[in-house]
Amino acid sequence: MSINKEQDFGTPASTASQSVTLEIDGFEVTAPAGTSIMRAAASIGIDIPKLCATDSIEPFGSCRLCIVQIEGGRGMPASCTTPVAEGLKVVTQNQKLADVRRGVMELYISDHPLDCLTCSANGDCELQDMAGAVGLREVRYNPVETHLNAAKDESNPYFSFDPSKCIVCSRCVRACEETQGTFALTIDGRGFDSKVSPSQNQPFMDSECVSCGACIQACPTATLMEKSVIDHGQPEHAIVTTCAYCGVGCSFRAEMKGEQVIRMVPHKDGKANHGHSCVKGRFAFGYATHKDRMTKPMIRASIKDAWREVSWEEAINYAASELKRIQAKYGKDSIGGITSSRCTNEEVYIMQKLIRAGFGNNNVDTCARVCHSPTGYGLKQTFGESSGTQDFDSVMKADVIMVIGANPTDGHPVFASQMKKRLRQGAKLIVVDPREIDLVKKSPHIHADYHLKLRPGTNVALINALAHVIVTEKLMDEAFVNERCDVESFAKWETFIAQEHNSPEATESITGVAATDLRAAARLYATADNAAIYYGLGVTEHSQGSTTVIGIANLAMATGNLGRVGVGVNPLRGQNNVQGSCDMGSFPHEFPGYRHVSDDKTHQLFETAWKAELSLEPGLRIPNMFDAALDKSFMGLYCEGEDIAQSDPDIQHVHTALRAMECVIVQDIFLNETAKFAHVFLPGASFLEKNGTFTNAERRISPVRKVMSPLAGYQDWEVTQMLANAMGYPMNYSHPSEIMAEIASLTPTFAGVSYEKIDQLGSIQWPCYDKDSVGTPIMHEQTFMRDNGKGLFMLTEYVATHERVTRKFPLILTTGRILSQYNVGAQTRRTDNVAWHSEDRLEIHPHDAEDRGLKTGDWVGIKSRAGETVLRALISERVQPGVVYTTFHFPESGANVITTDNSDWATNCPEYKVTAVQVSKVSQPSEWQENYHAFSENQLDLLEQGLNNG
Amino acid sequence: MMKIERLIKMANDIGDFFNAESNKEIAAEGITKHILRSWEPRMRRDIIAYCQQDGAGLSDLVRTAISRLEKA
Repeated sequence: MSINKEQDFGTPASTASQSVTLEIDGFEVTAPAGTSIMRAAASIGIDIPKLCATDSIEPFGSCRLCIVQIEGGRGMPASCTTPVAEGLKVVTQNQKLADVRRGVMELYISDHPLDCLTCSANGDCELQDMAGAVGLREVRYNPVETHLNAAKDESNPYFSFDPSKCIVCSRCVRACEETQGTFALTIDGRGFDSKVSPSQNQPFMDSECVSCGACIQACPTATLMEKSVIDHGQPEHAIVTTCAYCGVGCSFRAEMKGEQVIRMVPHKDGKANHGHSCVKGRFAFGYATHKDRMTKPMIRASIKDAWREVSWEEAINYAASELKRIQAKYGKDSIGGITSSRCTNEEVYIMQKLIRAGFGNNNVDTCARVCHSPTGYGLKQTFGESSGTQDFDSVMKADVIMVIGANPTDGHPVFASQMKKRLRQGAKLIVVDPREIDLVKKSPHIHADYHLKLRPGTNVALINALAHVIVTEKLMDEAFVNERCDVESFAKWETFIAQEHNSPEATESITGVAATDLRAAARLYATADNAAIYYGLGVTEHSQGSTTVIGIANLAMATGNLGRVGVGVNPLRGQNNVQGSCDMGSFPHEFPGYRHVSDDKTHQLFETAWKAELSLEPGLRIPNMFDAALDKSFMGLYCEGEDIAQSDPDIQHVHTALRAMECVIVQDIFLNETAKFAHVFLPGASFLEKNGTFTNAERRISPVRKVMSPLAGYQDWEVTQMLANAMGYPMNYSHPSEIMAEIASLTPTFAGVSYEKIDQLGSIQWPCYDKDSVGTPIMHEQTFMRDNGKGLFMLTEYVATHERVTRKFPLILTTGRILSQYNVGAQTRRTDNVAWHSEDRLEIHPHDAEDRGLKTGDWVGIKSRAGETVLRALISERVQPGVVYTTFHFPESGANVITTDNSDWATNCPEYKVTAVQVSKVSQPSEWQENYHAFSENQLDLLEQGLNNG
Repeated sequence: MMKIERLIKMANDIGDFFNAESNKEIAAEGITKHILRSWEPRMRRDIIAYCQQDGAGLSDLVRTAISRLEKA
């Protein structure tokens, strides 16, 4: 529970279309059929006392506080479990009800500590509120036995469990089941012995608990309480903002004491998360005030020099003069910039504007290059727009869910909870993944109907085989294809995909997936009323990433699974604003709104609006920038919010390129790995320190609101604006709302977006074409967004990756994320989330481990054609023989030392997911790790020297 | 000059995708258009120059496409 309370209606809303009218305490009320009497009463301002009910979970009817009387009815039914009915006359308050309620409360309080004044929930306790509501004045019982001395569980770093304050209402248990879907909690024992138990009566940290916070949110007392509240007291105001972690884009209430965040509470009205959260967004915000935060601008002539703290003015002027010097020496195209998906839409927009209009070239790229650029390409080609087709809620109408190359429970946990809810309701599940993700069989009450455990790098062959079955067994939706798609392209594709080499039997030797399983999965997908595909970086980060995206689009079109609720093609975006950073024109070949830089009309539009001569030529992509740096034609880089020195593939190549540049400007909240190669450091602002918007994976534009002053004095858009002005390109925005207004004026799909409308609606899903539009949850309902309105089928021949397994490199390394850590870990490594994951490990199958004499915990060298690193081994049957797996959250792990320069043919998205390696037992770090450690230590010394001199 | 081996690999990868098209005229056109719309001019200049020299390592289809790139 939280202060600044959002109204709790007691039970969830009914979605029934039929409504009924009844009378409550003499007032007429109309509510949808299926609504509880409790909720109907709350809707007209009548609060019936309650303890075990809350509107995020189904009613339970155990506390007996919410009893009512119904005219003509017997007894005193619980209003939470009694639905409204036409003509009912309900009484919520009379002496008889009051006596019963007071008696119930007396029993509760007889086994509850009377320490309200010193309790952490004081002022925010439903038990306290109900004692007041029922007029409890005395407790007559003097129990011999109580729970008042029950021991606290303080094992979780973020919250405390104090069973002495527990009233066993089961709200936490039900939240863990219904909201999160983990089923980590249960009520153990019976009668007086009943108690909340994590797993098998284990401490929370040893249990299956994933620390999503749903139980704390549901707890009506101080039993489950954030340690930050225990330490600092109740917050006094709240500001709604948007999480800066994954692409789900959860809405949160930042609950504050002055400028200190006390806790982040998921916002009930958040349309992406509906009041749910994960361990990162809910708890891992401490990085924003971590001691490592950089708050002073710094410059240096060489990366061998100590840093020098300088004023903002000096830093900005130095950066501008260096960029201008480099352009004068090496040419206009010798500088560029990298935007970040961690930044707001407005920050990204003015950054690309600075580069295109101020630098005079299109050398702007973004971190989506290394994650979802194939999504942008593939969906633009086939559907006409670079975005997913659905909102998250659509999953609740899906009958078959196909998850390809994604691990939602770890990467997109809040959406995964919604997906799991649908799966528990009976939707079928197909998982396409080389590794056994939690959804396959580890998530309670869920199992994959088919787990197509393919070999890494064979996605296209597998997708083609699925399509082959659908085409040859005539499982297509011909009416959809004829009406909605380009029939000529379909005819060509149909002929291609029906060829024998695409059959499951022919591709079995490529993918390793049994033809019978594949055929069955294809039939399941194609014959469902509603089938939806969700995919992640396991699709895109391949040499054929774009081809797979196109293949997925082909599948959805061929089966008519587009243009309505419950279906669609849904890329699960990795970072909070991947969608937005791409929308805002971060790609070197596209203006905002995915319009090519050479398009005359668009080009003219932006030249006029920006009052600058703009290039008609595409600029350099990130890997091209590195290559150009090594040939001395790209010598200056402005990098905001990205850590390319850790996150990009073939990292030794990246480091060499960064060393070759004459001016690297890093704008970040920490001295990240890239900053160790920088000449100018501009301190950035965390998401808590700025205004703006993020756009999540469902195209939802949500507000980011400043809840505390920027530690370094400026929001990031202000810093970029200062640099633009110093470069001689004037910018004079006074608030990000003005930037959004400019975006709307220049981008048709954003034309109806404004801060006023976002404030009014909470969020908006683009396209939003005019002021009357409230956005578009489902795309392509009538026509596709291609010029002729028709979906385009494209041919998707499987081409094996260049990365071949050999005797020297017999295993395939693939990579992924873990729940508690986020990307390069810059944020989560600086929080207590390290309690769950303090190092990256190499998962290896028992057979491969045995061949090499390895056991869990051994140090192993992982050697590829690109480099070598050392990690500790984790023996696991989650990976198949021949495949090893690691996360990439710690820089010293050097996961990207071993990844190669292979990339997607269309977009140069790196092939992170397929690297041929050899693994062997070692006793010391790799040479790279030793060198990295020495370099890193040296850079920290240079920082220290600068701080001492400053 | 950017590392030509990388450009050759990139160009051939693009060629591999469009090679699925049985009409090689359309396939070459697809490659040309893709490179024109996504490669920075320095990269295009380098691959054109390389193709004009001897073009070793480039597939025939890609060579055809790059020769069209010269005229685009």
